[in-house]
Amino acid sequence: MTNAMREPLAGYNFAYLDEQMKRSIRRAILKAVAVPGYQVPFGSREMPLPYGWGTGGIQVTASIIGAEDVLKVIDQGADDTTNAVSIRQFFARTTGVATTERTAEATIIQTRHRIPERPLGPGQIIVYQVPIPEPLRWVEARETETRKMHALQEYGVMHVKLYEDIARFGCINTSYNYPVLVNGRYLMAPSPIPKFDNPKMDRNPALQLFGAGREKRIYAVPPFTSVKSLDFEDYPFDVQHWDHCCALCGAADSYLDEVVTDDRGGRMFVCSDTDYCGERRTAGHVGAGTPVALAAEAAE
Amino acid sequence: MDAPPPLLQIEGLTRTYGRRIGCKDVSFSLWPGEILGVVGESGSGKSTLLNCLSAKLEPTAGRVLYTDRHGRAIDVWAASEPERRMLMRTDWGIVHQNPRDGLRMGVSAGANIGERLMAVGERHYGGIRREAETWMRRVEMDLDRIDDAPFTFSGGMQQRLQIARNLVSKPRLVFMDEPTGGLDVSVQARLLDLLRGLVTDLGLSAVIVTHDLAVTRLLAHRMIVMRRGEVVEAGLTDQVLDDPQHPYTQLLVSSILHP
Repeated sequence: MTNAMREPLAGYNFAYLDEQMKRSIRRAILKAVAVPGYQVPFGSREMPLPYGWGTGGIQVTASIIGAEDVLKVIDQGADDTTNAVSIRQFFARTTGVATTERTAEATIIQTRHRIPERPLGPGQIIVYQVPIPEPLRWVEARETETRKMHALQEYGVMHVKLYEDIARFGCINTSYNYPVLVNGRYLMAPSPIPKFDNPKMDRNPALQLFGAGREKRIYAVPPFTSVKSLDFEDYPFDVQHWDHCCALCGAADSYLDEVVTDDRGGRMFVCSDTDYCGERRTAGHVGAGTPVALAAEAAE
Repeated sequence: MDAPPPLLQIEGLTRTYGRRIGCKDVSFSLWPGEILGVVGESGSGKSTLLNCLSAKLEPTAGRVLYTDRHGRAIDVWAASEPERRMLMRTDWGIVHQNPRDGLRMGVSAGANIGERLMAVGERHYGGIRREAETWMRRVEMDLDRIDDAPFTFSGGMQQRLQIARNLVSKPRLVFMDEPTGGLDVSVQARLLDLLRGLVTDLGLSAVIVTHDLAVTRLLAHRMIVMRRGEVVEAGLTDQVLDDPQHPYTQLLVSSILHP
């Protein structure tokens, strides 16, 4: 699976950005690691792809990647989607480092919307692409005010959003970008990962870095730092559950995507983490395989 | 008998906007359980005064002293910002003239009422909900509107919701800026009735800014009359309204229509 190192593209600096820029980003990262969950402003640069496609994550990755690193890029858990493929190719060409689709082999994992199912280990770094780094943006539009709220730890209003969920839907319906409290101090947006992945952030041995290119913010969760999802005493935090197992590998513990297979209501549930699913199938696990037909369910 | 210390003590409060005067050298005391009316024409500095009192606008000179639940005197503008913001969330309530300034228009009435509770650490949904229902009832709103957003409410309901949202944290002092402004007369009357009941039940102190002398007459024990940023007359409400001394107060009182 791992593609070996090759010569980087001539005419570009290693990892596209110039060395001074990478240093300035690394300084921001150091500060972010020192103050877990705090959003550090940084001089975000124009990247050769549009805002919203992962410019923040790319700049973080570019500033920390070295010749010895092995890079994995995922988008919605998959290694083979357009965004993942193009970012992986971008780094393969501008740095020449080895790339992989294997979670276990990677030293740096850049991700959008998922944390891999396989537990991360010490020494690994996961880089999240973040569209909106400010978790309080929904309740307070002014940046000056949200900064003050962070400074004074005035986070009570965040529960107003959760209250609204319960009042409207009977449960906390927020399913992604679920707000967390880092190290008992800073409220943090975990980027649009499903809340299914929130527990994985807690005391994770890997270093977690977050980059928001358009909003020009970097924040971090150092290894083994507590990350607590907000909740109510009588409505505790809970993750998504499925009635199905993965149709391909039979996994019952992974985040499942619903895939529509035909125009007669046929659908199947498969792991969103393609590497995890592939590894399980190689190890001999088999799922039910056939699409779950809505029609068949209705007949029962 | 030892009199309790005043709840709020204003000393020489002045706020200027460059060379323009917002309010000048205002001093008064507010005692526990007392309601003070501030009247005056538009531009007389009423709102500037209220904003300075309620820690929203820093005065140019003068002091605002507040005695908290433990009898400690806090110099509001010398206190740290966290302390000041804590006061605003717990001990004080602020009812704005425009409900849009005081409410979260996009979230339900229940969440609006519960916000202060959550801000001080209440984390039990059922408890917050029950408290919200209690307050909906106290301000005479239908319980089945608890999950509706305030933008679907009438002006009078929005104002009542704003009052509930402020009183839920059991404040000791409420600042009101034209609480009945923009409401029609019958709704005004009901709101005033409600306010009078709540204030008596809860033993609240309040500073009510208004240009409506009827509001002062109904609610306030004492009143001050402002003109061009200065206090021109102060005293018991009935005394000032029935026997105005200052020419401006006389003008103000005589300009009310008696149907």
